[in-house]
Amino acid sequence: MAEVSCRKVVKEYEGGVQAVKGIDLEISDHEFVVLVGPSGCGKSTTLRMIAGLEEISGGEIWIGGDVVNDVPPRDRDIAMVFQNYALYPHMSVFDNMAFGLKLRKFPKDEIKRRVDEAARILDIGPLLERKPRALSGGQRQRVAMGRAIVRNPKVFLFDEPLSNLDAKLRVQMRTEIKKVHQTVKTTTIYVTHDQIEAMTLADRVVVMNHGVIEQVGSPHDVYHHPKTRFVAGFIGSPAMNFIPCRVTDGTNGGLAIKVTDQIVLPVPPQRMDRYGKYKGREMVLGLRPEHLFEYHEQGKPNWSRVDLLTDVVEPMGMETMVHFFVEGTPVCARVDPSTHAEPGEMLPLTADLNQMHLMEKDSGVVV
Amino acid sequence: MSATTMEAAKRAAAHSHKSSLHRQRMWALWGSYIALGVFVVIFLVPPFYTLMTSLKSSAEISAQSGNPWIVRSPTLENFWYLITYPNFQTFYFNSVVVTLLTVVISMVISVMAAFSLARMGFWGSQTLSTSVFLTYLIPPSLLFIPLFQIVGAIGMINNVWCLILLYPTLAVPFCTWIMIGYFSSIPKELDEAALIDGAGYVQILVKIFIPVAMPGIIAATIFAFTVSWGAFLYPLAYLYTSNQMVLTVGIISDLIRGDVFQWGKIMAACLLASLPPIVIYAFLMDYYVAGLTAGATKG
Repeated sequence: MAEVSCRKVVKEYEGGVQAVKGIDLEISDHEFVVLVGPSGCGKSTTLRMIAGLEEISGGEIWIGGDVVNDVPPRDRDIAMVFQNYALYPHMSVFDNMAFGLKLRKFPKDEIKRRVDEAARILDIGPLLERKPRALSGGQRQRVAMGRAIVRNPKVFLFDEPLSNLDAKLRVQMRTEIKKVHQTVKTTTIYVTHDQIEAMTLADRVVVMNHGVIEQVGSPHDVYHHPKTRFVAGFIGSPAMNFIPCRVTDGTNGGLAIKVTDQIVLPVPPQRMDRYGKYKGREMVLGLRPEHLFEYHEQGKPNWSRVDLLTDVVEPMGMETMVHFFVEGTPVCARVDPSTHAEPGEMLPLTADLNQMHLMEKDSGVVV
Repeated sequence: MSATTMEAAKRAAAHSHKSSLHRQRMWALWGSYIALGVFVVIFLVPPFYTLMTSLKSSAEISAQSGNPWIVRSPTLENFWYLITYPNFQTFYFNSVVVTLLTVVISMVISVMAAFSLARMGFWGSQTLSTSVFLTYLIPPSLLFIPLFQIVGAIGMINNVWCLILLYPTLAVPFCTWIMIGYFSSIPKELDEAALIDGAGYVQILVKIFIPVAMPGIIAATIFAFTVSWGAFLYPLAYLYTSNQMVLTVGIISDLIRGDVFQWGKIMAACLLASLPPIVIYAFLMDYYVAGLTAGATKG
């Protein structure tokens, strides 16, 4: 068990392309941290540098109190689970899991004890004699996790481990991974591009983009208090609506967010101080689809009515997505399936302004 | 037209479409059988003739009457003569030793070369991979004169061991090329997983790559075997006494005396010489094809 820390870590490829641009990240013992971001954001490179599979161009990586920049992967005491499982195809499940222990010259009975224990945790006991080709995707991924568990390493590294599985199995394996972490409590760094995986698994989420960390925080934090437009748009599905607007004077000496002449939303009083200095400026209003829903007569404070012209209706069963255009900008609302919405008709909606975000147009910083 | 008749017409059209597909498939099948039949006949006639002649006595071969394709009184005297003939035994022994050593040396070199070229990613590895293949393109007939100088300089003319030195130069480039292709098709994560599991490069090669790439290794081995077993030019150029000779050149130099062709013995010797390749191909053919195709699509 160990803490991991990245200090000003840079990865520069030949030709001067920087994949990781000096990131700082402190991961404490037993923590489950998820690096999330779009393709090419540098999350996998960061993980591979921690694993020792990529050289570090600048900065330092610490594992368990030691700088490991020049330590080869086998001496870092880490275990990694790959997207394509990377099981040794010619070895049985038992041998796959025992390989690392055999190389480290563990006694036979200890190897057997550890493999059996891992197989019990992952429920793959009956598969130990099989070859990887005789396993399903989910079983293979379990074996790959088993191979990591038996080593009892300081850190687990997961590189998009569920991306090759079908949707149903992915949800199931997600739970398994969480359960395993609750059992073995090893420090875990998990890379994914799937923000739902990030939200469900992480103690802390690290959102990366273009080689820098945009935000580090608990899943609750990054969802409810995104620091940048990128984080706001990346976390949450469907993505947050971004609507160009202007901060203007509202009624009763308050402030208002003017989207169009018809759509003027009063700023909640508790946010007056925050938004006051932006009066008159072009800004971007961020509102998640789940905070734009069917109209309720009995509203709550800071709920505001908006009427929009329905463009497309997508019933999903437990909810219905309704799409609109506001001044050419696409907007999505998440309404109760019983709501009657027809394309081409006006639909009355509620905007929950307690949950609104306002960001600077150019920098994308949430204010 | 009523709805029923229209449906019937559509069904009839679909049926005729189906039967035309069936007919096309039949034609394609017949075409392939005929083409393959011709191919098989062309390729099997020489071995058949070899077999027939080897079973004939010298008198029967030289007799002008009768059908040359049929044996009237089959005899194993040619085979028996060769098996008990000390020179032939020496040729066979030399061929086996040279081939075994060539295969072992070539495979050790090419597996290690291919692993480092395909996986270690050092400076210039790409260029080296290409040049390895380019060396394969130089025909041995261009090389044997300069090589004669070298072999002479190290005093190995008319020494069967010079073949063990020379054959790998023919086998290694192609074997390395096959193995580069095969190793490149192994996912990178496999060696990364092994690195993290604690393996060094030698362990990765021995414990992961060689077992996983076994079909490719078998294909390369068969190639090295074929090159070494069937090579004609080098032994012809560098060896001249019977005690150093190998099968390919030995058969013609020993069994053709002046203008006397001992056809029965030559044919029997050819059959005996083809035995090891036939046995090896028969057992390992599936691997050979799998290995060649994997190498062909990658790299």
